[in-house]
Amino acid sequence: MNTSVTSIKLVLLGEAAVGKSSIVLRFVSNDFAENKEPTIGAAFLTQRVNMGDHTIKFEIWDTAGQERFASLAPMYYRNAQAALVVYDVTKPQSFIKARHWVKELHEQASRDIVIALVGNKLDIIENGAERKVAREEAESLAQQEGLLFFETSAKTGSNVNDVFLGIGQKIPLKTAQNQAQDGGRGSSGLRINDDSRVDLRASNGQATSASGCNC
Amino acid sequence: MDEDYDVIVLGTGLTECILSGLLSVDGKKVLHIDKQDHYGGESASVALSQLYQKFKQNPVSKDEMEAKFGRDRDWSVDLIPKFLMADGELTKILVHTDVTRYVDFKQVTGSYVYNKGKIYKVPANEMEAISSPLMGIFEKRRMKRFLEWISEYQEDDLKTHQGLDLDKNTMDEVYYKFGLGSSTKDFIGHAMALWTNDDYLQQPARASFERILLYLQSVARYGKSPYLYPLYGLGELPQGFARLSAIYGGTYMLNTPVEKVLYDDEGKFQGVVTKEGTARAPIVIADPTYFPEKCKSTGQKVIRAICVLKHAVPNTSNADSVQLIIPQSQVGRQNDIYVAVMSDSHNVASKGHYLAIVSTIVETDKPHVELEPAFKLLGPIEERFMGIAEIFEPKESGSADNVYLSRSYDSSSHFESMTDDVKDIYFRVTGHPLVLKKRSQEEGIQQQEEE
Repeated sequence: MNTSVTSIKLVLLGEAAVGKSSIVLRFVSNDFAENKEPTIGAAFLTQRVNMGDHTIKFEIWDTAGQERFASLAPMYYRNAQAALVVYDVTKPQSFIKARHWVKELHEQASRDIVIALVGNKLDIIENGAERKVAREEAESLAQQEGLLFFETSAKTGSNVNDVFLGIGQKIPLKTAQNQAQDGGRGSSGLRINDDSRVDLRASNGQATSASGCNC
Repeated sequence: MDEDYDVIVLGTGLTECILSGLLSVDGKKVLHIDKQDHYGGESASVALSQLYQKFKQNPVSKDEMEAKFGRDRDWSVDLIPKFLMADGELTKILVHTDVTRYVDFKQVTGSYVYNKGKIYKVPANEMEAISSPLMGIFEKRRMKRFLEWISEYQEDDLKTHQGLDLDKNTMDEVYYKFGLGSSTKDFIGHAMALWTNDDYLQQPARASFERILLYLQSVARYGKSPYLYPLYGLGELPQGFARLSAIYGGTYMLNTPVEKVLYDDEGKFQGVVTKEGTARAPIVIADPTYFPEKCKSTGQKVIRAICVLKHAVPNTSNADSVQLIIPQSQVGRQNDIYVAVMSDSHNVASKGHYLAIVSTIVETDKPHVELEPAFKLLGPIEERFMGIAEIFEPKESGSADNVYLSRSYDSSSHFESMTDDVKDIYFRVTGHPLVLKKRSQEEGIQQQEEE
């Protein structure tokens, strides 16, 4: 593979049960699970997206259910380069929560983070349920705050890939290059770069191969 | 939410979060509660504005503070200063649990020791040792023989013991055997073995031997110093272990005070009542603040002063991070004074600022005066936050009531005593010793589909 690969840490934010994990499952496995249990176990998925002259490897971090009682650790989104802020188009409360997360990200996350506001569960409306969050309202929030905006259905797959493609196009190239230089997580060898960061796992012999090396 | 769990954990300090993570990985159903609205308890890292609220009578306005010290959100100040030993137990736990995925570490640039009015770099390798002004030429040779003895020592090869018995000979006798002078003893005992006082001299040498070995192995790991420090502060550590627990099904509730603790007829723990309802479990693990009546003071108090500087600590070659130890004998005390220095390069201070956290065990009724020798070494101090913490420990083992309590964080400069507490509580709770296994690869499941 000769194209350059860039790792992007992407985090999911939003009220419990708005379909954060379902969007990821659709994106990563093109699958959907009805009545999905709250997220347990896997909290870290990767998916590559070909962007033409380069490839983006999304490292997608799930909340591991910590949002359920408003107990998500700031560490979770601190170094993120991209975030999906998800709400349920039939639940106004979840949109209020989305506003809160956008604010929190602007205060706590890195300055050039790319945020996508995602209204999920569009399929329920298409099946006759009442829309409770106006598209215009969400669009105006996105415009004010400089967010990408999509309405999706993880169930039908509608628009899900576009969310990730949109983020891939908007990731600043500078960030992307820095990230590529860093070698990504899980690279083997002692990870002491110019700024002397260390990879604690390196001397353990079995550097985790799961997330792979970017070469 | 009325539910049953295997273990309820109260308080999200580092000790509790590591235990919560380990027990969740073991398959236990864990409920983890904190009365505060943020992770970390005493081991949190906080913003500058939170320091003003916590320590100052008349807090300054945010605008005034930011004009002086930069953006509040760029600060992440440890309430309890410590470093990780690169080859220490906490590092091992981090690696074995893969929590290294969530936290980035950097080396601490230098380890320094105060000697006769000056500060010296603790040599990190043989070259530095040879050129160090800390010892004269003859003392260097004796020191070299001592270090060779440490590195060549094999438990089952008597020849390598050089006639010393680690369990019978005191450390002072070991020093005597190698002919080491008093300032070298100070340097070895306090800057390498990291003892906070001189009690170790009259105790069997084994504990000192092991500590020196840990120091040497930690230096050997990455080179500059034996210490590591997480980007964004120590408060990242409890959050990382909490995430580990959550990934394995642990339930997290911050900002949830415990309204009532339930016991059965025999006085055994049964559960807790909170605003979310009743949660039941046969076992609770908690920090001392949740069960003050079941804790006692150790009689020790630690004073800590968080100092904001606009410069690197003088005479440290402008190091961005430093551990500076002032051995007790150098300043007529019984306990060492520690200074932990971090800066914007560890993302704990705004650009151009340094944090120096000075701490020691209180010996007099004027504790702030006890820190003066350290303040003198720091140069101009822009702002200072001082607090005294009493060290608590549980009265009982927990076997009678199934209430297992952690100890307060002590004055030591690293996490080794904290990890001892983790392993001890783990053993008492589960009945078997903690065996660190490499986590399997559930996380980071590679999806190789190409678009």
